[in-house]
Amino acid sequence: MDALNTYFNSYTIVGVFLVIGILLPLVAWGIGALVQPHEPNEEKEKTYESGLDPFHEATVKFHVRYYHIAILFVIFDVETIFLYPWAVAYDKLGLFALIEMLIFVTLLLIGLLYAWKKKVLKWM
Amino acid sequence: MMNEIMTSQPSWLNVLKFTGLGVALILVVILFVTYAILAERKVMAFMQMRPGPNRIGGKLGILQTLADVLKLLLKENITPKSADKLLFLVAPVIAFAPAFMVMAVIPFSENVTFANLNVGVLYYVGISGLSIIGIVAAGWASNNKYSLLGGMRAAAQMISYEIPLVLSLLGVILLTGSMNLNDIIKAQDNVWYIFTQPIAFVIFFIAAIAELNRGPFDLVEAESELVGGFSTEYTGFRWAIFMLAEYFYLFAMSSLITVLFLGGWQPVMFLGFIPGSVWFALKFLFVVFLFLWIRFTFPRIRADQLMELGWKVLLPLALANVFITAIIKEIFFR
Repeated sequence: MDALNTYFNSYTIVGVFLVIGILLPLVAWGIGALVQPHEPNEEKEKTYESGLDPFHEATVKFHVRYYHIAILFVIFDVETIFLYPWAVAYDKLGLFALIEMLIFVTLLLIGLLYAWKKKVLKWM
Repeated sequence: MMNEIMTSQPSWLNVLKFTGLGVALILVVILFVTYAILAERKVMAFMQMRPGPNRIGGKLGILQTLADVLKLLLKENITPKSADKLLFLVAPVIAFAPAFMVMAVIPFSENVTFANLNVGVLYYVGISGLSIIGIVAAGWASNNKYSLLGGMRAAAQMISYEIPLVLSLLGVILLTGSMNLNDIIKAQDNVWYIFTQPIAFVIFFIAAIAELNRGPFDLVEAESELVGGFSTEYTGFRWAIFMLAEYFYLFAMSSLITVLFLGGWQPVMFLGFIPGSVWFALKFLFVVFLFLWIRFTFPRIRADQLMELGWKVLLPLALANVFITAIIKEIFFR
């Protein structure tokens, strides 16, 4: 019973912390709104570009290398999701699971080597 | 006291108590942030052989940060005309809320613990990853070229270093057999994990600096090339929230390193009569100082060096560490 109560109380704390985390910026801005000046004009609202008049939109397509990195990230992040439970239960699983995990990680490492060879990791 | 509340029946009264404790924690962290900023400036000044802030609040500049915060509070909020208004406003909140949420799992001493989650480590890593969304959103919503570059760099850097960060923790989890941070501290009764997992500690520390966007990995807001990075268009208290999130993460990450590798509130050898919270504070401050020291000692590295260090050195090293730990455990501790 204690364990169950601890479980529920722990997640209550997480929820409370989420609410406080969202409220703190809002409260701070609320206090700020009471004392801040508010006199917008065209020059102020211009986008900063080191003193030049801004030209073109900035919300453009970005370089493909970011997508490569993102895909690599997804691969290895999912790998860690598999590794975590394995590490927790390692005492019960033993040698067989270790060899299985080695094979699994080796397969992914071949993928990393392929990406390395393809110069995906080269940041130019 | 915390144990009693934790094992009691969940109720609205408990929610109220947790809110009170949460607000108390946030006040402590804000106090830490205030003096961490001052300490950062003072230590930097000391290492560069200059006085540093020494006007407001005596020679030590005790009230300097307070004055800075008041100044920020009085600044006008400017929303650029070409910005995505809603996303521009929401981004700081998305970046900040996880920074406070991660502190829920950290045990500060025997008695001062908050959430006692079985998935503690995973919770920390997962929630702290959410902040990236806020930073990219800020960069994109500003509709400013510097902001976009800073935001994209932040995303690339933080996801690249998340992998070695997460993998280096596996060694600690393998030795403990649990992801619960309280169990991890208890498992360090005799030997701290910094001695049994030195490679994991080094990898984790480097990855932590990159995750925190601190020097020498502060490419996200490299002033000399990107003005202010993702926060270029932010003014006043909106910008302050980003700054606050950054220092909240410094607090959380230093606490996590203390818990995972330095034995948390466990005393050194026979000095058990000194309370656990004092030990935690001492170790914690040492880690914070290490972060400052590294920031002022190393020059900023280039973006390509940063990515290659993460993927080509730290990732294989972290994987090797996991399997070396597993094999040693298999051979010697069966």
